[in-house]
Amino acid sequence: MKREDDYLDRREHLKDLTDKQLEERFWELANKLVDPLLEMGKEYTSPAIERSVLLRMGFSSIEAKAIVEGCVERSLMCYGAGNVVYRLAKAKNMEIRPAGLELVEGRLWDDAEKLFKGGNEQ
Amino acid sequence: MSDYKLSPDAPINVAEILKDLEHYRPRRRGWTWRKPVPNLHMGPFEYREATEPLKRSVPLPPAHYFGDIDPQPAPVITTEIASGRFEDDIRRMRMAAHHGADHIMVIRTAGQSHFDGLIEGTPQGMGGVPITRKQVRAQRKALDMIEDEVGRPINYHSYVSGVAGPDIAVMFAEEGVNGVHQDPQYNVIYRNINMMRSFVDACESKKLIAWANMAQIDGAHNANATAREAWKVMPELMVQHGINAIFSARVGVPKKNICLSTVPPTATPAPCIHMDLPYAVALRDLFHEYRMRAQMNTKYIESSTREATVTHVLNMVISKLTSADIQSTITPDEGRNVPWHIYNIEACDTAKQALIGMDGLMDMVELKKDGYLREKARELKERAVLFMEEMLELGGYYAAVEEGFFVDSGIYPERNGDGIARKINGGIGAGTIVKRDKQYMAPVTAHYGYNNVGQYGGDPANPSALIGGCTLEDPDKIIYIDELDENDNVNVRMSETRDFTPGGKKIRPEMEWLADGTVMLTMFFPAPKQIAEAAALECAKRMNLVECEVISREIMHPQDGTRIEVKGKVPFEIDVDSLVIPKEPDVLSDAEIRADIERRPMKIVAATVGEDEHSVGLREIIDIKHGGIEKYGMEVIYLGTSCSPEKLVNAAIETHADAIMASTIISHDDIHYKNIAKIDQICREMGIRDKIIFIAGGTQVTPELARKAGADEGFGRGSHGVHDATFLIKKRWEMEKEGKI
Repeated sequence: MKREDDYLDRREHLKDLTDKQLEERFWELANKLVDPLLEMGKEYTSPAIERSVLLRMGFSSIEAKAIVEGCVERSLMCYGAGNVVYRLAKAKNMEIRPAGLELVEGRLWDDAEKLFKGGNEQ
Repeated sequence: MSDYKLSPDAPINVAEILKDLEHYRPRRRGWTWRKPVPNLHMGPFEYREATEPLKRSVPLPPAHYFGDIDPQPAPVITTEIASGRFEDDIRRMRMAAHHGADHIMVIRTAGQSHFDGLIEGTPQGMGGVPITRKQVRAQRKALDMIEDEVGRPINYHSYVSGVAGPDIAVMFAEEGVNGVHQDPQYNVIYRNINMMRSFVDACESKKLIAWANMAQIDGAHNANATAREAWKVMPELMVQHGINAIFSARVGVPKKNICLSTVPPTATPAPCIHMDLPYAVALRDLFHEYRMRAQMNTKYIESSTREATVTHVLNMVISKLTSADIQSTITPDEGRNVPWHIYNIEACDTAKQALIGMDGLMDMVELKKDGYLREKARELKERAVLFMEEMLELGGYYAAVEEGFFVDSGIYPERNGDGIARKINGGIGAGTIVKRDKQYMAPVTAHYGYNNVGQYGGDPANPSALIGGCTLEDPDKIIYIDELDENDNVNVRMSETRDFTPGGKKIRPEMEWLADGTVMLTMFFPAPKQIAEAAALECAKRMNLVECEVISREIMHPQDGTRIEVKGKVPFEIDVDSLVIPKEPDVLSDAEIRADIERRPMKIVAATVGEDEHSVGLREIIDIKHGGIEKYGMEVIYLGTSCSPEKLVNAAIETHADAIMASTIISHDDIHYKNIAKIDQICREMGIRDKIIFIAGGTQVTPELARKAGADEGFGRGSHGVHDATFLIKKRWEMEKEGKI
């Protein structure tokens, strides 16, 4: 878009605001702009977020990457990769880390899938 | 754990730092500001805004006039160190800390933004360093030791951006990184990473930044560096700052940890302060709850390091007239190459010098409350508000980016249609975000959004309890990877330069990497630019330098002269043991000398002896205006030139002098040593030799031969008053101890 500088016309509704009011207006607008962005962060996850969860659960970056890729392939991302590992560990009566390493090795994925897609309430 | 300790008397041992990294744990988290000391007294001065002094540091060059003081200004001082080899950067970090830096920022290697995951090991970087857990640990561990040495906490900093932001944020939180750049707008505009992915990821990253109490710096300064006419993006810069600031605050980052990366947008020959100051004022008006990280202008840097330095000092005038919590520095060679050691240090010194020089400035001047400054600031704020109003009319942030709203070269609302537009479904990582199911769960600390651990009986306020704590509570759960590439790693690089390990037997000049051999030559040619450049390269070649390149050319006159700087590499090495290293002259401080003269006055008779009319050298040693010995309060009776040895000794006796000072310049037939021997002989004959100090000097005098001829000490070329004065004081102490006087 090309446009001449029409600042003087556009500012009509701002020109009588005090500095304080202008500052409030600035932050009101900034808040409005980020409202949907913050909301989206709550509703969505991403491969990087799920890897970061697995890192915190005690997996290496290489292991976390493999587990998340497996979750993407099997459409399990929506449950959270950490959740997949956690629920699998509980179901198999294993510790968290050995359960995750099974997934890293390409094993137990079918079991993991069944644990979620059996009773999917989505 | 390794018991290696840093010694002030030895180079830092990088090999020792790299040992035992697997077991290293950071000793603190979070950002540290400097501690103000109001009305600090240092040397003969009082400072109004200085901060706690350092235990060990390298002061500014003229500090020796003032008792070697090194006052530290209020803002944290940043230096960016990332040569591509993090092991060599560790040495630079130590140097920078000694010159006043307490915020070490590591730039990432080219391409890391697009690497989907953490990089591990220690591969070599390009234009930066691959940020990995091992590299971060090694540098944080080194900085722990360096901060103990200088006596001030050092903030370590890198970037949480790209498609692996949350991965990196976790690693930084675990490893005690103190500050980060995090701004999803940077991903979108400059790295073409999908905008939805960037903002979703940023929520998680910022949650971790908040948990680890890191300082966060935004990326708005990049708009300034990218825009065609940098000063025209001022309204947009405020919008970018606003979006990232409020977005971060609402995720949970305390406002006091949110720093705006702000740059004075323009540079000379523009009337830059007149243009930049209203912007700086407007920004501080709107963002008074946040912190200011004052970056320096890089947009208009050319290859002249002098010009860049002046620009940066002008930038600091703006910092001073408004405010800066963090004062960044840009190396003056930024316009030439990846910064060299010496320029990082120059930049730190420039910041320290300028800021301490302006200490207390605002006690004396204030910005006008009306007129152009305030009107312009108001206009910029209004333009920013109008910018956001139109963004919302269009449908919000994503829609505005699709329209190419950002980095347009028109000053908003003017539009030139050359902004950077991105598609909502385009870019790297498009289509990778996934809607969370109701069963979604994440059993970890510092996770954004609902963690839903309740479904397993967990406590939503303490989600990681479900798994017995995550790595943020129990660092032993972190899986440390040492190296993945057996050819591209620090061990291989260090074994190649082992012979040059600092403190060892071999040495080469260095600008960037150990033993790189790089040198810089400055030349002037009475010729136009093209001839001068070619001639400079030919000179460098004939001087046996290799890989020569012209790095700067400045026209003195289009026909009459060009200044050229050339870099090249020396193809040889120096054997340290083969060097002849002269002993450093032992000098007392000015204060020590003065104190001793106050305790016991000293009278000296001085003359140029023999048939010798030279007076300049002796006057320089004596005269107060040349920094001579009179400044210490020593009384000098000057007998002039061509004085006979007899006259000189007689004068010493008559005036009850404590010392005789003879200058002897003419040296044919060894007449200078003969005169020295004669003075010694006459003193003995007169029975005063034991009670008087006799020193002699001149351009052809060597100390050994002067002593052999009978003087107590000789002073040759390069001697100054302080050397003579030191000797006189020490010799008198010796004579007092022996009971001779």
